[in-house]
Amino acid sequence: MEHDAVEADVHAYLDDQLEPAQVARIQEHLRTCPACTELYERQRAMNSVVRQHAHYHTAPRHLARSIRSTLRAHAELERPRRRVAWGWFASGAAFACAVTLTVSLSLFQLGPRGEASSLDRELVAAHIRSLMVNHLTDVPSSDQHTVKPWFDGKLDMSPPVVDLVADGFPLIGGRLDYLDQRPVVALIYGRRKHLINLFIWPQPGSASPRNETRQGYNLLRWTAGGMEYAAVSDVALGDLEEFQKLFARATPASG
Amino acid sequence: MTEQARVRRFEQVALPHLDAAYNLARWLTRNDADAEDVVQEAFLRAFKFFDGFRGGSERAWLLTIVRHTCFSWLQQNRPAEVVAGYDLEVAELDPAALDPTFRAPSGDDPEIALMHQADEDLLNEMIATLPPQFREVVILRELEDLSYKEIADIAAIPIGTVMSRLARARKALQRAWLERRTQEVRHGA
Repeated sequence: MEHDAVEADVHAYLDDQLEPAQVARIQEHLRTCPACTELYERQRAMNSVVRQHAHYHTAPRHLARSIRSTLRAHAELERPRRRVAWGWFASGAAFACAVTLTVSLSLFQLGPRGEASSLDRELVAAHIRSLMVNHLTDVPSSDQHTVKPWFDGKLDMSPPVVDLVADGFPLIGGRLDYLDQRPVVALIYGRRKHLINLFIWPQPGSASPRNETRQGYNLLRWTAGGMEYAAVSDVALGDLEEFQKLFARATPASG
Repeated sequence: MTEQARVRRFEQVALPHLDAAYNLARWLTRNDADAEDVVQEAFLRAFKFFDGFRGGSERAWLLTIVRHTCFSWLQQNRPAEVVAGYDLEVAELDPAALDPTFRAPSGDDPEIALMHQADEDLLNEMIATLPPQFREVVILRELEDLSYKEIADIAAIPIGTVMSRLARARKALQRAWLERRTQEVRHGA
């Protein structure tokens, strides 16, 4: 047997990927050829170095959780009963239509708690989607005086916008979203490495604050000054409650 | 099957192989955040194609999708890495390219002996420096212990190509490594 042939097959031999006949031939050759034996031993040692010392990168713990949420959000979207529009209505015409239709039709009927849980689901799905589809902000700015006017002319309401950076909740930007068949304001705030979506829409009347945990996300909803607020995030509920207090304090007119 | 039931079944099949998926993505993207993004995307893709999964090795099926997602990502974000200056099927890999301190071997034949932390770092750096088409074969073989046939299916190349890439990658690693050890022995490190 030629040395070249051994050199070609030594890896398959080491990896136990050869037919018995080939194995026998290699073993036979190795018994009588010190040069090939050395080649074989050296490669075997190297392979074991790689196996023992190459890093095996295990997935970070939060990855499984975030995959589960993504899949569930995806499954929600596939539910036939009500499709959440993917649109952040770029086209003016479609948007104008949607605004007139949805605002006039659906301004008042969010209230009953029976409906609330499907809206909660939508809120969480919208939060996840904003992180998934690379569409976190339409107007990325930490300046409330930039973000607030951006919504003018796009909605029939003027949402309160404040930066809470001094309190550890920096404003990241704003986005137009669409929930429960209506356009809503979404403000995005940071909290350490995490993000909070604050959804705002007009809601006459008031209800006491309530919170819920869905798919590993915390959801806190409250009403103030004719608006309903829903904050969604993976930060702790305590952080969301602190955020609510700070937000209400900074926007006295609306809270 | 309801959508929810489908999600649950998919999770039972796929999540046990999350580490394998992440390890491959991490080695190919060489970056934690990018690996996470790629794995997320791959799982979503796998879920969409789940109905087409006809049994067999679940890990190999998932890794095929992860691998494909990684290379699409590399093509898009780091095209220079994928078409590295190597003639993929012919040329020898250059050990000097794997280890910046490489110098031509001098005939000494040191043992591959005890590893120091610095050596381990260097070894991992050498593997990370292999072109991705070689890196994936090394990772799938040495860390996932997959057969040549499985690797061929995952990487969509013939078995002969698996063998030759593996052989060339190992040879380059070994030569770069031995040279490193020679230097250490000589300098009494």
